Amino acid sequence: MPILNFRVNGKRYEVAVEPTTTLLEVLREKLMITSPKMGCNTGDCGTCSVFLDGKLIRSCITAAMVANQKEVTTLEGIAPHGEFDPLQQAFLENHGTQCGFCTPGMIMAAKALLNENPKPTKQEIKEALSGNLCRCTGYKKIVESVQAAATQKN
Amino acid sequence: MTFQTVGKRKPKYEGIAHVTGETQFVDDMFVPRTLTVKAFRSPVHKGRILKLDTSRAEQMDGVASVITYKDVPANAYGFGADQPVLVQTDIRYKGEPIAAVAAEDEATAYKALDAITIDIEEQEPVFDVLKAMEPDAPQVVPGGNIMMFDDRPYNLATMGDVEAGFKEADHIIEETYFFPDQEHTAMETQVSLVVPEAAGRITVYSVCQDRSMLLGMLAGILQLGSKDALKCECASEWAGRTRSAWRHHAGLNRLKMQAGPVGGGFGGKNEFHADPITAILALKTGRPCKWRWTREEEILYSTHREAMHITYKDGVKNDGRIVARYIKTIRDSGAYVGFNGYATGKTNYFANGPYYVPNLRVEGAAVFTNKPVSSTMRGFAVAPVTFAVEAQMYKIAKTIGMDPLEFRFKNAMRRGDKLVNQQVMHDTSIIEVMQTLAKKAGVQLPDHLSKMTSYDRRA
Repeated sequence: MPILNFRVNGKRYEVAVEPTTTLLEVLREKLMITSPKMGCNTGDCGTCSVFLDGKLIRSCITAAMVANQKEVTTLEGIAPHGEFDPLQQAFLENHGTQCGFCTPGMIMAAKALLNENPKPTKQEIKEALSGNLCRCTGYKKIVESVQAAATQKN
Repeated sequence: MTFQTVGKRKPKYEGIAHVTGETQFVDDMFVPRTLTVKAFRSPVHKGRILKLDTSRAEQMDGVASVITYKDVPANAYGFGADQPVLVQTDIRYKGEPIAAVAAEDEATAYKALDAITIDIEEQEPVFDVLKAMEPDAPQVVPGGNIMMFDDRPYNLATMGDVEAGFKEADHIIEETYFFPDQEHTAMETQVSLVVPEAAGRITVYSVCQDRSMLLGMLAGILQLGSKDALKCECASEWAGRTRSAWRHHAGLNRLKMQAGPVGGGFGGKNEFHADPITAILALKTGRPCKWRWTREEEILYSTHREAMHITYKDGVKNDGRIVARYIKTIRDSGAYVGFNGYATGKTNYFANGPYYVPNLRVEGAAVFTNKPVSSTMRGFAVAPVTFAVEAQMYKIAKTIGMDPLEFRFKNAMRRGDKLVNQQVMHDTSIIEVMQTLAKKAGVQLPDHLSKMTSYDRRA
């Protein structure tokens, strides 16, 4: 079995994986990092979103070995221990969460947007989150949360 | 007056756990030695099982157990006590579980499913309720496709004399509406984790929205009580049966059920999906078992909102008062009773909308088809008729040449009016609600409408 040698949220891991194992399966089932969720397992719903070397990816359709010698960041790793990212604070204050299942992927997608574009328009936010499904909120408060985080940053 | 909470935005009680990803959903729980569960589902919509062979799957390395109907202690549940956990002979819908495996990992579980062989005599299914109601339609259910309510093929609610009302009317306006079925597609699919505990007890971690009811039903299926515990009577008719399930099924002391957190439910997690099969496998293997449905299973085979055909026939006077109304609803129940009998009563209750009609007859039919069971979803049994009644109100107003808003004000329920079940509405305020909405929407109401109140019928 190939050995996957990578970093997740700043820590180094070595895991034996099958060539067909996905990054999501490694994160959830081997490392028990559970913020990335399995919603569809076909790359459609976005709830498994994580960063691979700072770039937003869908971990459910990414072979685990793709992450070899790379750095993965999940929601657990976006803020220093005990602190909130402005996005987490904004989602909390603006009720950007409801059941909470899509929230980790949603915040990761929003984080990817703000890293690239710190002052996005409403339309740009909607486009950036268009690959992340939420069935509870109707998206309004999610978009408002991202807007609030973007305002707060500057 | 100042309030502490009303009008203020309070932090969500579980919000911090949600934004940090710490919320632990059932699929986020990992228990050592957990087996993966997968179901062998019917490949046909309707048929008879001639031969089922699970022996090759049972002998495979890494397979802990394969179960069929023989392993289900009481293989009939639901409000009609008609739904099997695993099909014995007669398949009623595509995807209905026939066998289930518990294996060391997912890949082995899928290999075991491939090793199960089945011979089915395929039969002609029926998907359309109107076709299913025809006398020579394929039988979904032995004894007829139309659910019986005492001696009637529909649930009846009536008030006044509808025929007399129609004679009195200046206009008769009739229309049929159709509301399609709908899948909840919660972000989290169905998940169940069942962990055996000491002294023959089990803990069920379920995504269900309806723990107390399902706990009683699960006790009925598993028959964990003494040997003389009554056979699975968990719910013989539609109403109030949960309590009888509780009474009859000893063994609840061996069953613990934790519900949630729910990763989106919307009614899609009210009925059993993964729990009974997972619990039986955990009891059989003595090991924790987890079953997570795939997205495909969720969309194709989970419960969904009912499809409904809705017909309104209204007798209306020239002044815009509805004097008689006949409503017929035909509910696509899918393959089993489930909530469908109960739901017809709910539909009957709400089908007239927030309006007063002195002569009213409502017939709520439920018809079986070869589809997964229709069940709860956000205002279930109500949303279809709410759509239809408002469409009908608009149609009537346009037909008699009255402003649709004025038409609604005229027929809106006043205090003291009766619903079809004779319930007196002591505190209705639909007129005031419409006035407020008009104001907020910037609609200028004519004087006689803005002066109307819920206390006066003639105003």
